[in-house]
Amino acid sequence: MSKTLVLSGNLAVAHALRQVDPHVYPGYPITPSTKIMEAVASFIADGEMQCELIAVESEHSAMSAAVGAASAGARVASATAANGLAFMWEVLYIASGSQLPIVLAVGNRALSTPINGFADHGEAMGARDASWITLYSENVQEAYDNIIQAFRIGEDKRVRLPVIVCLDGFLLTHTSENITLEDDETVKAFVGTYQAEYSLLNPDQPVSHGLSDPPAYYMEHKMRQQAGMEQARAVIEEVGAKFGEQFGRRYGLVDSYRMDDAEIAVVILGSEAGRVKSVVDNLRQAGKKAGVLRIRAARPFPEEQIIRQLLGLRAVAVMDRSYAPGAVGAPMFQEIRSALYDYRSSAPPVINRIYGLGGRELRNADVEAIFAELEALTSGDETVPGIQLVGLRGEPLPTWQELRPVETPTAKTEQPYAQ
Amino acid sequence: MPNEQLIFATNQAEPLAGGHSLCAGCAASIIVRQVIMSTADPVVVANATGCLEVCTGIYPTTSWNVSWIHNAFANAAATLSGVETAYRALRKRGEIPEREIKFVAFGGDGGTYDIGLQSLSGALERGHDMVYVCYDNGAYMNTGVQRSSATPLGAHTTTSPAGTISYGKAERRKDLTAIAEGHGIPYIAQTSPGYYMDLMYKAKRAFQTKGPAFLNVMSPCPLGWVSEPGDTLILARLAADTCIWPLFEIAEGEFSLTYLPLEKQPVTEWLKQQGRFRHLFTPENEGVIDQFQAEVDRNWQKLLARAGDAIPDFAGPGEFKV
Amino acid sequence: MSGGLPAEPVPGNLPHWDELPPGGVSEDAGSTAARTTGYWRGGGQRPLLDLNLCVQCLHCWISCPDACFILENGKVAAIDYDHCKGCGICAQECPPMVNAIVLIEERRFA
Repeated sequence: MSKTLVLSGNLAVAHALRQVDPHVYPGYPITPSTKIMEAVASFIADGEMQCELIAVESEHSAMSAAVGAASAGARVASATAANGLAFMWEVLYIASGSQLPIVLAVGNRALSTPINGFADHGEAMGARDASWITLYSENVQEAYDNIIQAFRIGEDKRVRLPVIVCLDGFLLTHTSENITLEDDETVKAFVGTYQAEYSLLNPDQPVSHGLSDPPAYYMEHKMRQQAGMEQARAVIEEVGAKFGEQFGRRYGLVDSYRMDDAEIAVVILGSEAGRVKSVVDNLRQAGKKAGVLRIRAARPFPEEQIIRQLLGLRAVAVMDRSYAPGAVGAPMFQEIRSALYDYRSSAPPVINRIYGLGGRELRNADVEAIFAELEALTSGDETVPGIQLVGLRGEPLPTWQELRPVETPTAKTEQPYAQ
Repeated sequence: MPNEQLIFATNQAEPLAGGHSLCAGCAASIIVRQVIMSTADPVVVANATGCLEVCTGIYPTTSWNVSWIHNAFANAAATLSGVETAYRALRKRGEIPEREIKFVAFGGDGGTYDIGLQSLSGALERGHDMVYVCYDNGAYMNTGVQRSSATPLGAHTTTSPAGTISYGKAERRKDLTAIAEGHGIPYIAQTSPGYYMDLMYKAKRAFQTKGPAFLNVMSPCPLGWVSEPGDTLILARLAADTCIWPLFEIAEGEFSLTYLPLEKQPVTEWLKQQGRFRHLFTPENEGVIDQFQAEVDRNWQKLLARAGDAIPDFAGPGEFKV
Repeated sequence: MSGGLPAEPVPGNLPHWDELPPGGVSEDAGSTAARTTGYWRGGGQRPLLDLNLCVQCLHCWISCPDACFILENGKVAAIDYDHCKGCGICAQECPPMVNAIVLIEERRFA
């Protein structure tokens, strides 16, 4: 019997884990996801989970133990955030290279330095090349739903990759919402039993994991992983559709809100999508054709959906909650522009608005201002800055101002290196 | 008449096939064979990055006849903790057969004393039912002989080189066996492959121990030590005969010395056979050998005092309580 | 099995990426046995075992880094020269009173 409960993001994730009941949870506490581990420990202590908790001595060991347990054929989950994810960085690559479907909840939090406990996508974006499927949750209900789906997505034989489920630090981890907690048995049935490809625990069929690859093999092994990522696009949609059939809430790679006839739109990930949606509702009431495209799966990057949804628009703002110093814009902005490049003749101008770093509050007024800038863009205003940090005190850097070339460069004016 | 432990071992399957790329005369593979053939139960091995791991596992071949996992450099103990926990979890739910499996991690001094120390400590503290074997060859050998905290005083390594104003490593060795003892685990031992009866007896005890067991094993390295490959086990025995590497065990907190040299040899006997100490035999570096000897003597006296009345009359190779 | 340097793998003959099992795992336990390392002796020394002198103490067998002592019914029977690297540990470990293993210059067998 499903029921409605008021739960914080952390507790919702913990309940999902309780229902799935993985074999092993190797964990280490870190703000803001500590409560997940505490709740799991509590469930175990009360006999509500058979899961074995390993209170390891660091996040590096948490992911290491996860790799060990998953290689032994167990279903494994854990949770971390920020510097915890950074500390397990090398093992993230090992987990995905070994193609082990570990599920990791990440309470998105800013990376040090400066040390900051609040919502920021920097750590998960920093790991975007680690070959982990990455889902960003908009609200507590979705965080709960994503955890359940994550097992099924990662364990799918066509995919076989680990999955990160993101939920914004404090904004979701510590915020309580009414959510529907599904029935234990139905969740278990949805997730099914885990069929590991290999197990270390079969003495009659010994296996070796983590052999070193000569150059002749490394690329091919990486391609094998890539194939899992490519297949994950279809699998995420499939599992999202099945979830919808079973539980009434359907998911996909992206979540498009009022995009059908939109002329201006914001692309965003995570919890602030909710705010943008409510601003869009207001704009629509005022007769503006605004829309929101929320990216749910940042990895694999939903290229096709991005192209389809954005090409017909007149101006787009990509709102990133992370930052790539020295690069041209923040991660999602870069990837979206890259996706649109082949269609550049018909692509709309795309600007980057970097917001909320280190938990900086985003206000409705900020979002309204961004939509106003998009409107200005559609009327040919060329003073709209290309990349901007929302709410930054002080003058923006000049190199970020112009993104759309006013004129095409004519002759090559490169200076040859001094001879 | 061969020792019963050796006979027992001949009835076990070879854990490590030939054809691996370890140097001629490397003690690491000898240690692996001696350890694993001391138990009749199937084992799962976790291996830290290092000589043993790299030379036995090059895709698509593997020398290992048992299940084996290599994860990263620092985390053999954490990885094995995960495997051992999964075993318990799967058995608890009846998802794997009720079959006894033993868990053993192999790490060099690099992956155990230094980068792997945190992960080892955590695993020992949590009480996993596993054996950790450190094959201590006294440097980061696989990357070309760089110093570790296990490198002996005065040894030449590429990062503690002997030069015109340096006599090699200036720091004393870290006592990792004592650190392991600090964790209060049920079985800790120091042993040497040159005394296989000692090693195999201790490996057997380690496997039989419920909970964590730690074996610190002297592992001569002809390449890094600049010694004769054929002398590997001679040097392994000499390390015990000079009391540089005393052989003892601590079982449930009870200390026992398991080997008393018939005649304690001066450290120079061991040092002079290794090119990495050659520079110590010059007039300007004489003090270092004295310091080395003093340290060994001090440590040995402490162990003798600890053994108290329980010093074996003479325990030579082949005469051990089982 | 022949001696000499092993052939370098030719990229064209290797499996395609979709023919590889996932995760870089190998189920080919003990597959390095097919690789000879006997050529490492490189004209240096080769151990010769005299079974008439051997007392079957098994010291050579337990101290070989390359598991080159072949047992038959639990007794040392032969040396696997395809894998013997010529380290000479066995000759040192054979008890001095027994001396059943001697090291001979490989060149003598060229």
